[in-house]
Amino acid sequence: MTISQEDIKKIAYLARIKISQDESILLEKKLTGIMNLIDEMQKIDTDSIEPMSHALDINQPLRKDEVSESDIRKKTMPLAPEAEDSLFMVPQVIE
Amino acid sequence: MDWDIVIGIETHVQLKTKTKQFSGASTSFGNEPNSQGCLVSLAYPGVLPVLNQEAVNCAIKFGLSIDAIINRKSIFARKNYFYPDLPKGYQISQFELPIVGEGKLSILIDNHTKDVRILRAHLEEDAGKSSHGLSHGKSGIDLNRAGTPLLEIVTEPDMSSAEEAVAYAKKLHDLVQWIGICDGNMQEGNFRCDVNVSVKKKGSDVLGTRREIKNLNSFKYIKQAIDYEVNWQIETIEDGGLIEQSTILFNPDTGETKAMRSKEEANDYRYFPDPDLLPLIVTEEDMLTIKDSLPELPSEMQSRFVKDLGLSMYDASEITSNKDVADYFIGMINEGASAKLSVNWIIVNLFSRLNDEEMSILDSPVTFEKLADLILKIEDQTISNNAAKKVFEVLWKNPEESVEGLIEKMGLKQISDSSEVEGLVDQVLESNANMIDEFKSGKEKAFNALVGQVMKASKGKANPSQVNEILKKKLSN
Amino acid sequence: MLNLSLKQLSQNLNDKTFSSHELTEFFLSRIKKYNKQLNAFITIDESSSLSMAKMADDKISKGEHKPLTGIPIAQKDIFCAEGWRTTCGSKMLENFIAPYNATVIQNFNDIDAVNLGKTNMDEFAMGSSNETSYFGSVKNPWNLDCVPGGSSGGSASAVAARLAPAATGTDTGGSIRQPASLCGFTGLKPTYGLVSRYGMIAFASSLDQAGPMAPSAEDCAMLLNTMASHDHKDSTSIDHKKEDYTTNLNHPIQGLKIGIPKEFFGDGLNASVQKIIEEALDKYKKLGAELVDISLPNSDLAIPVYYVIAPAEASSNLSRYDGVRYGYRTKEYDDLMDMYFKTRQEGFGEEVKRRVLIGTYVLSAGYYDAYYLKAQKIRRLISNDFKQAFKKCDVIMGPSAPSVAFGSGEKKEDPLAMYLQDIYTISTNLAGLPAMSIPAGLSSNLPVGLQLIGNYFEEGRLLNIAHQFQLSSDWHLKIPEGIS
Repeated sequence: MTISQEDIKKIAYLARIKISQDESILLEKKLTGIMNLIDEMQKIDTDSIEPMSHALDINQPLRKDEVSESDIRKKTMPLAPEAEDSLFMVPQVIE
Repeated sequence: MDWDIVIGIETHVQLKTKTKQFSGASTSFGNEPNSQGCLVSLAYPGVLPVLNQEAVNCAIKFGLSIDAIINRKSIFARKNYFYPDLPKGYQISQFELPIVGEGKLSILIDNHTKDVRILRAHLEEDAGKSSHGLSHGKSGIDLNRAGTPLLEIVTEPDMSSAEEAVAYAKKLHDLVQWIGICDGNMQEGNFRCDVNVSVKKKGSDVLGTRREIKNLNSFKYIKQAIDYEVNWQIETIEDGGLIEQSTILFNPDTGETKAMRSKEEANDYRYFPDPDLLPLIVTEEDMLTIKDSLPELPSEMQSRFVKDLGLSMYDASEITSNKDVADYFIGMINEGASAKLSVNWIIVNLFSRLNDEEMSILDSPVTFEKLADLILKIEDQTISNNAAKKVFEVLWKNPEESVEGLIEKMGLKQISDSSEVEGLVDQVLESNANMIDEFKSGKEKAFNALVGQVMKASKGKANPSQVNEILKKKLSN
Repeated sequence: MLNLSLKQLSQNLNDKTFSSHELTEFFLSRIKKYNKQLNAFITIDESSSLSMAKMADDKISKGEHKPLTGIPIAQKDIFCAEGWRTTCGSKMLENFIAPYNATVIQNFNDIDAVNLGKTNMDEFAMGSSNETSYFGSVKNPWNLDCVPGGSSGGSASAVAARLAPAATGTDTGGSIRQPASLCGFTGLKPTYGLVSRYGMIAFASSLDQAGPMAPSAEDCAMLLNTMASHDHKDSTSIDHKKEDYTTNLNHPIQGLKIGIPKEFFGDGLNASVQKIIEEALDKYKKLGAELVDISLPNSDLAIPVYYVIAPAEASSNLSRYDGVRYGYRTKEYDDLMDMYFKTRQEGFGEEVKRRVLIGTYVLSAGYYDAYYLKAQKIRRLISNDFKQAFKKCDVIMGPSAPSVAFGSGEKKEDPLAMYLQDIYTISTNLAGLPAMSIPAGLSSNLPVGLQLIGNYFEEGRLLNIAHQFQLSSDWHLKIPEGIS
């Protein structure tokens, strides 16, 4: 399966990673190589097989609905790249 | 050209839990920004989600109340997209296997019922909020709401008018409050509807392209938005234009719908099962425990009222629209008040006062005991209906007063002593000979005028039906 | 102090032969001496380490200590440690001071072990040579021109060079076992779910597992006792009965059936490595074990499957690095989109970007069934292969890596060649089984590791089997020349 420049543009957009023209050309070869490796999977028939999401057959544990967390702004705000009045500041979000 | 309207609704219901869907942070509303931003809510490196048991119970309660299939196994999936109010860069939701499957909700429209099929309901988490225009060119992100448990309820496109859509939304709104899974506070964003609208040529099997009106949080807006959108779509098609599938916003100030500005390619959410969460298993035991904890459902109660109390479908529906109203009504009839009178007084007199003062029935100064008392005094002929209305007004402003006390104080006791009434009738007949003549010459109106005179003479205290009876008797002589 | 095992160190602390403070200082000075060459550590905080040592000494003096109290342990920089810079080998988190402790870290803190420092690693655990770290490559103490393996390369180098008596690592596709093999010490990847992932920066959630890295199996057993715990904050954490992994180390292994998968001895396995593995297996025969031929027929698909599942999960796990709430944010941007694009372009290295892109691709509309779903189905087949194999044997053995440590830069430009480093280790992550690597010999003075794969929750047995080998061999005691 070859990955084209068009593909790279699309997935870079979805992943919000800026890829320059030069990088994109380099990537095309490397990513196509990886996809060829991945395409090895198609040689085996798996129609009747159940997919395996987890190693072990266990169920989701449930948490009691009781407040256990408190206000940790003292810890979280200093880590923010930009914060004002306890809000995380970002460039204007346009609807 | 005649058109059919096709509407489907997706409702996001904020579940009434103390903590978030995947962490123990509080869900309370209106606190300082990010004060409820725990490590998981803020998506720090290394944090993991743990599912809220109460949210699961809420979902099951909902499923049971709409007679839906409850999937014994359901899977959480990641919906991937970037937005500053979505800290992980994905929302944990349910995709292929939701916890609640097909069910239905019936609505009352023009006095007949219609079933709206519910396709599914699934658990997911809410995003945070962004505030705009604080500092120039910047938005501030508050993640207090991020992670709040949501139940997304999706209908089939079964509604065919704005009225039906609103009726459904109202019914759903009542139901989720009734079963105690949601506060229903639409201003606070507890209950938000995305409405999908399309039009097609009348009778055609081919559905038109739909547009999705997002985040409507009032019934008024739902109606306005649908009306505008339908008109717009019809006009567009009639002008030869094509409808493009898009997400649109309703502007309450202009009353218009408009496609969202972003020219992005349609979002590819890349759903896949969340590897940090395991399959959610609901056991028979869970189901029974939750079923037992459900109150009598509105539809059941309605049927019971129609059958056992002889209420009309409309009245039964009105009185069971809200659990607090239903409880009030049940309180009244338990005190001995008649069902019919109680319903009327609640729906007409009480509701009008509550609406004027924007109060809920829980805050009513007139308790169900006192109103029942009042109704009983009408039923046993102590006072007339009109007199009762006067008492009600005073009671509203002076809730500490007793019904009997007010009747005394206001001198409203009805005159039911037949000899006293006879005396009054005789008095009126004596001084209104011309009216008697008019009546005898065929003018029915004269009778009512005579009744009116008697009532006036008695200062409104005479029992009207008694007056009628006695007057009839005397005039027929 | 240099060549003492954890057990011996513990005994010495108990006997007050030396203090934790002295012990910690000893290793800190070794780090000062050798880290420039090896680049094994990203963050050292002497005062924090020493104050932890003081607290440990206090506990010891009161007789309130546990076996690992006061022992300095190097922590892979993937574990959030409150107050410590935690970078995950990335520019994205270059200045990120973790606001909380990972459960693994907390477990060590609870018994007053000492945090010796944060070790270097491949960026976001993606790599097999520790050459993708933003903080520079790590060197193999056995040969400074060679790689230590990855992604836990820093921990590996530190243990091999005895800059730390023990370390923690994580293993998603072999990142504990392969470096253990290339650097000549013992590493264990536990059963998936045995060790909590809370606070362990996520790469591929359904595969990641934390584990011990130390010279011997006995050391690893002691570490596992502290690391393994059921954690309510991790939904995938197993509620397994608490075990003491040191109690069964001396069980005799007479009659042990060792499965030898033919697929692990095909092309691609270096001849001298194969020879050493065969010698190790011979040794096991002498100890009373029986070799059984088995097959893991779907082994060849493990790599394609892994390179769908891991990048897919990673692409989603790494979406949170967006410059909004913490971490790196680009300096100049016109609007929100620009900020996202540039932050992630500048903050992530090449390998990470490649994997995020592949992951995004395989999950994208129209491809989910052909790639992700398909991979999860083959995953079940691979897991079933092991189930079948364990009907015929008690433990599976083979090489940990196809070769000895390769030269720095040799495979850096060839992602596919790099991926093949994990050929023997990946399938166990896919199945969630426990596995170890123990030193089995030297080839051209570079270590070779023997891999042991056990059935679910058989860490105790694996450690026992490894320990028996180490009782009659000394590969695990060897230290590279020039470092002593």
